[in-house]
Amino acid sequence: MNRDRLRRLISSAFVGACALAVLLALVPLAMVLFFVVRQGIGSLNLAFFTSMPRPVGEAGGGMANAIVGTLMLTGIASLMAVPVGVMSGIYMSEYAGTWLAIALRFAADTLNGVPSIVIGVFAYGIAVLPFKQFSALAGGFALGIMMIPIIARTTEELLLLVPNALREGALALGATRARAVFTVIVPAALPGIITGIVLALARIAGETAPLLFTSFNNRFFSRALTQPISSLTVQIYTYAISPYDDWHRQAWAGALVLVGFVLTCSLLARIATARIRRLRG
Amino acid sequence: MRDLPFRIIVGAFGCVLALLVLAIGVELTRQSWLSIQKFGFHFWTTDTWDPVAGQFGALPFIWGTLYSSLLALAIAAPVALGIAIFVSELCPAWLQTPLVFLTELLAAIPSIVYGLWGIFVLVPAIRALEIWMPEPLRAIPLLSGPPLGVGMLAAGVILAVMIVPFTSAVAREVLQTVPAAQREGAYALGATRFEAIRAALFYARTGIIGSIMLGFGRALGETMAVTMVIGNNPQVSASLFAPQYTMAAVVANEFTEASDELYLHALVEIGLVLFVITLVVNAGSRLLIWGLGRSGRTRPSRVADVEASAA
Amino acid sequence: MRSLVAISLLTATFAACGGGTQQPPAATGNATAAARIQINGAGATFPYPIYSKWFSEYNKLHPNVEINYQSIGSGGGIRQVTAQTVFFGATDGPMTDEQLTSAPGPVLHFPTVLGAVVPIYNLPGLAQDLKFSGPVLADIYLGRIKKWNDRAIAGLNPGVTLPATDITVVHRSDGSGTTFIYVDYLSKVSPDFKSKVGVNTSVNWPVGVGGKGNEGVSGMVSQTPGSIGYVELIYALQNKISFGAVQNIAGEFIKATPEGVTKAAAGATVPDDFRVSITNAPGAGAYPISSFTWLLMFEKPADKDKAKVMVDFVKWALTDGQAFATELGYAPLPDAVVKKELAAVERITIS
Repeated sequence: MNRDRLRRLISSAFVGACALAVLLALVPLAMVLFFVVRQGIGSLNLAFFTSMPRPVGEAGGGMANAIVGTLMLTGIASLMAVPVGVMSGIYMSEYAGTWLAIALRFAADTLNGVPSIVIGVFAYGIAVLPFKQFSALAGGFALGIMMIPIIARTTEELLLLVPNALREGALALGATRARAVFTVIVPAALPGIITGIVLALARIAGETAPLLFTSFNNRFFSRALTQPISSLTVQIYTYAISPYDDWHRQAWAGALVLVGFVLTCSLLARIATARIRRLRG
Repeated sequence: MRDLPFRIIVGAFGCVLALLVLAIGVELTRQSWLSIQKFGFHFWTTDTWDPVAGQFGALPFIWGTLYSSLLALAIAAPVALGIAIFVSELCPAWLQTPLVFLTELLAAIPSIVYGLWGIFVLVPAIRALEIWMPEPLRAIPLLSGPPLGVGMLAAGVILAVMIVPFTSAVAREVLQTVPAAQREGAYALGATRFEAIRAALFYARTGIIGSIMLGFGRALGETMAVTMVIGNNPQVSASLFAPQYTMAAVVANEFTEASDELYLHALVEIGLVLFVITLVVNAGSRLLIWGLGRSGRTRPSRVADVEASAA
Repeated sequence: MRSLVAISLLTATFAACGGGTQQPPAATGNATAAARIQINGAGATFPYPIYSKWFSEYNKLHPNVEINYQSIGSGGGIRQVTAQTVFFGATDGPMTDEQLTSAPGPVLHFPTVLGAVVPIYNLPGLAQDLKFSGPVLADIYLGRIKKWNDRAIAGLNPGVTLPATDITVVHRSDGSGTTFIYVDYLSKVSPDFKSKVGVNTSVNWPVGVGGKGNEGVSGMVSQTPGSIGYVELIYALQNKISFGAVQNIAGEFIKATPEGVTKAAAGATVPDDFRVSITNAPGAGAYPISSFTWLLMFEKPADKDKAKVMVDFVKWALTDGQAFATELGYAPLPDAVVKKELAAVERITIS
């Protein structure tokens, strides 16, 4: 009997500890968010989204070009990273245990630990120097490299946990492996994969270091993929290290927009996964 | 055999990933060649970093990176797992989505914002803690040093906050994919919640370790927030309160202004060293996971099983 | 299978975009933009505010000229010019002879404005500004002066009650032109500093903690009672942090102002290539920790259209442009230097 009570006590303590962990993470979140909102909300207005940066001493101005630039850069990065990441994840889980799968897992984990500045150095070396031209493509390439490992590893972990019965069932019904993977297994893990993509987006949207030497920045409006392009982060960084209050306020507003952007992505992904889960019943 | 084209196509995408890593390794080696030639293995074991004299050693940065990342992991892993367990196993359904959303928000905050928050909120708090620290405790090497606020502890805490969302998100998804039958079985046998969850954690252990490794990788490479609170002093110290330095931070700090060739190559070599260390750490964790796999029930091996059943 | 097709299509699109990088940049322009000239430049962080002001004003005067300047650091500026990824560079420390010879062609330096580095400190309850001398600052940063009430500091500040607390030394952790100017000065006034630390954008500091960027240093100093740091004048002014006066060669204690900085430049001998340090400059009223900031351009640029635009711009910046300096916290160039530069800029071949 005593032993039973002890077991139940341990169990309750464990549940309490888990709840405490949630609180422990929410406290810094609340503090940091409060910090960003308090600093940024004052300078956030419609002009911030529609007008171009102004030089110091001229009030107002916004980051219209940087917002478009960031969307383009993350778009280019996703175009590159989602296929490579998801397919690598599929390989790692479907052919787990093969030498290539093991090598890929190593590769992904290693890539995940490479600091963003080093990715920047690499992208500069192979996507800027040979062309003697900073470009949006080079920036998207650098960001894409950073997205790949997160997407690949989450995809793999989640595919591996799809019950084998599903896979066996599909194959038993005569499906090819491709069909089994894309119609049964991947959909089963889709909510998690989308989470992985959102996390990866969240990671890269806030990066400055890999962009400084690749997509550079542009004071003017540019949509050309082969020209320097503005991005929220580089613009925030440039303003944040300046001495002027005006620019600091713009930087905080930019940080708030950035957080809002990732938040929206996350929200959309949540809705999507909820819908997928419901559809599947 | 009819699956060969599929395997080749998927594998080709995988090769892009592998080749990228290879290319980074080659490019980093190429761009750090001068320093590799000049310092050889001493680069890893000496602790002088003097751009004026052209003397470069990476030891304090290696130390600082491993110390701060492990410290962050020690703080973040239990918290992240606790969150994952709470969200996927314990909390009422209506609370699930908001909590998931909130933890993901932690990943959405740009690094530089964490850094600024660190300078203005966290560092003063840690300085207060250091000033409060009773004298006898200060004799412990772990807690020695003047009360600066900036230092290893501040870096560890910031890093922990930053990696929690990555580890908890993956761990949560992993737990949610543990078959319900697994849990139901445990409860049917009279297990308490803790015991049932422990069984689920065991079932999903490779995924859980994977999630922790993902967080560790993030911690190793994190730059901006760390450099703003760690104090950037290249020294090897055991103290939580001592200002130290990390590899990612020194590269980010000095790369933009360095113009001397050897200096640049030394900075890139730091990136290369970090690359190699990540590789070694990953190898270690892989071995660990394999060890686990062998000691416990082996996980259903997919390829073999499925191939057999398809045949 | 459908997903497969979609995914391969996506990659194909990306590959097609990737191929685009090889096209010459001109291909992306359209016919109507024939007169529009886009010039990219990169380099020092310190002059970024005034450069962006200048390029914006210049764009208003000449709507077809879009000059895009980005602050990626002085070393970065030198590297990018040398690699020819940008048309012009900017730096807070002049290129070395070695760097000049390794560049693909002769590079010219053009001072644009002046800046100053000031010692900032956090001593709560202190009514007056502190006075420093070069050797005292050097000894603080060498770790020899450890307490605020050290005799050397007290000797410079008679009548000031200094606390008996430890000095927390704060320096830049990132490579920086600010550090370059500061240690260049300390090395000139202290032989020990020169031999133990030396001059570079990053140095091996014997003591202290590193803050990232001017904001990191000013943040750390304003958060830490008993600390000392160094930042560009404009950061101290904008953040309202106390900074000390520094003794110049003439023995005067000068608190940094744009006038004092311009005087330092006027007192210095400026060579024909304009590569000169003006720290510890002679002359009455000269602030001793001052420096030029330079634009870098090739003497014989390949693109003559861009060269012509840049030459016109430099002439404008040296004359009308100087009027923007003081309001943004920079010091304008002395007239003699402007005159010399206007002659030198003609050396750039534009046809």
